[in-house]
Amino acid sequence: MKLNKIILSLLGVLFLGTVTFAQVQLNGAGATFPAVIYSKWFDQFKTNSGVQINYQAIGSGGGIKQITEGTVDFGASDAFMTDEQLNDAKTKQGSPILHIPTVMGAVVVCYNLPGIQGLNLDGATLADIFLGNIKKWDDARIKKLNPKLTLPSKNITVAHRSDGSGTSFIFTDYLTKVSKDWESKVGKGASVNWPVGLGGKGNDGVAGLVKQSEGTIGYVELVYAKKNSISYANMKNKAGKFIEPTFKSVTAAAAGMKKMPEDLRVSITDAEGKDSYPISGFTWLLVYQNWKDEAKAQAFVKFLKWAMDKGQGFAEDLYYAKLPASVVKMCEKKIASITANGKKVK
Amino acid sequence: MNITKDAESDNGTRKKGILKKIFLSHNIGDFIFERLTLLFAVLVFFLVILMSYEMYQGAKLSIDTFGWSFLSNSVWDPVREIFGALPIIYGTIVSSLLALLITVPLGLGVAIFLSELAPGWLEKPLSFLVELLAGIPSVVYGLWGIFVLVPWLRDYVQPFLSDKLGFLPFFQEGSSSGRGMLTAVLILCVMVLPIISSISRDILRSIPQNQREAAYALGATRWQAIKIVLSDARSGILGATMLGLGRAIGETMAVTMVIGNAAKISSSLFDPSYTMASVIANEFAEATGKLYQSSLIELALILFVITVIINSLARLLVWSTRRKLGVH
Repeated sequence: MKLNKIILSLLGVLFLGTVTFAQVQLNGAGATFPAVIYSKWFDQFKTNSGVQINYQAIGSGGGIKQITEGTVDFGASDAFMTDEQLNDAKTKQGSPILHIPTVMGAVVVCYNLPGIQGLNLDGATLADIFLGNIKKWDDARIKKLNPKLTLPSKNITVAHRSDGSGTSFIFTDYLTKVSKDWESKVGKGASVNWPVGLGGKGNDGVAGLVKQSEGTIGYVELVYAKKNSISYANMKNKAGKFIEPTFKSVTAAAAGMKKMPEDLRVSITDAEGKDSYPISGFTWLLVYQNWKDEAKAQAFVKFLKWAMDKGQGFAEDLYYAKLPASVVKMCEKKIASITANGKKVK
Repeated sequence: MNITKDAESDNGTRKKGILKKIFLSHNIGDFIFERLTLLFAVLVFFLVILMSYEMYQGAKLSIDTFGWSFLSNSVWDPVREIFGALPIIYGTIVSSLLALLITVPLGLGVAIFLSELAPGWLEKPLSFLVELLAGIPSVVYGLWGIFVLVPWLRDYVQPFLSDKLGFLPFFQEGSSSGRGMLTAVLILCVMVLPIISSISRDILRSIPQNQREAAYALGATRWQAIKIVLSDARSGILGATMLGLGRAIGETMAVTMVIGNAAKISSSLFDPSYTMASVIANEFAEATGKLYQSSLIELALILFVITVIINSLARLLVWSTRRKLGVH
């Protein structure tokens, strides 16, 4: 009996505690790629506003699943939701889902050829390497793109992601755009049926595969290539120029979009513009347009506004590319359309 | 009236009987403890049933869509939503069986040495070391595989094998990365060895000493005596092997790190392959389509069924040896 009383009173204290100290707390889950900047943002935002935002980096697919099921307050993804997924979420949660781009990233083609820096590649050649049609490094087509380099007569080993990933989505989306063969044989997706090569788990898995054996080619997020000091290729863009992946050339790719669609679901691979790096992509926050909890909606709108403004300043230190001003403007319009129970959020 | 009264009193005596029984056992704690443990035991059973049911439900879409072709089709294409698990099942079974092929003689040798031949001062520390191998987390084996085994195989073993035995399809020069079936098999060997050797050792020990004495009395050499012991223990050893197989089939992390993760069937051991556990670990988090998810769950179901069959066979075999010999 005594024990019971103690437990009860303890529970009471705990419960009261949570009530008195209850603050708006938001939970989100999704893409791993922006996790670093998101945790920085949420941390900064907490010191500024006292709102606690928790984020679990479980992968883009997981983010889409959880926002659809309503188990989180917001999701995050490197691949935008399909129409079918959007409809599914709308019927389940009773609110349309907005895509708000936050930062941008690049996927770089990294390789291990000792002594060879600044390899040039174009989309068609890259697709044929990943299709297994080009097998040697001194293939005539690679030589043609790199007249100044002496390429070894080594076998090419292809490394790709074994786990489903937004990085793979951006990469295969690019290959699908530049190669008919790739489009018909493989297609685009977070995981695809890779014709050749080895699978590594995660960006570090692929980086490890490339680093460990000579003659390997793979693809990773720009951050990983920089941090692991692996060489990466310059890619030929639509304008015919070889572009090194940098924050600038990634932002240029988004700015090069002639017409951004209204819902901001857009792939910017193989973008127009002479300075655009062709394998770039947005990462999005997935947000309910109509929230059920007004306090949460208010807090999150405040956060989104902050992220578009001050938040962008953190991007480059953490190896992400900023959004171009034109896109920020569109995002702000989207953010202004968020409601709580049908009423506008201030 | 009378009848009901009778029934009532009957009921009453029965209740009293139960109460009496409880009090007669002098300890209500024992009674509760017994029922509680029974409940837990039943819970375990219930969990297994529930798991299979849930997995079947999850896999239903895929089972309805693909039917048996799921087992025979060799295309695993999430983009077009065509799922065939043949190369993955092949990779799982071949890697496990090859690992057993190497480990069984090795593990048996260790077991024989430890139970029959080793002097006392060597036996204890050796047994301890072998069992220690079983306690190492598999991700550590995986890291060891990546940083030690893979470069060694790539730079020395694979060139040597393909040079000397390259005429065999198994050793044809495939991928030169050092990751693939062979690496996975070797990692699995190290992981399965402690299971097979320590269980076999226990089985050999459980063979009564007078069997050996009888053999020696008839003038048998040491080797002949061991042969007799081995033949007595054969089904137990088979059981140990099956348990090892169960471990090898379900191993996820270490294998994922070294097998190369490509769903292809290739005769060369140097080529990358894939296992069921690895596919699930790799792809489940990002499987967005319903059919895709369902197919992954069906893979889990297949893996579950195979593991259940293997483990029950193993238990049955071990149990039957012990029973035959009257050892508990």
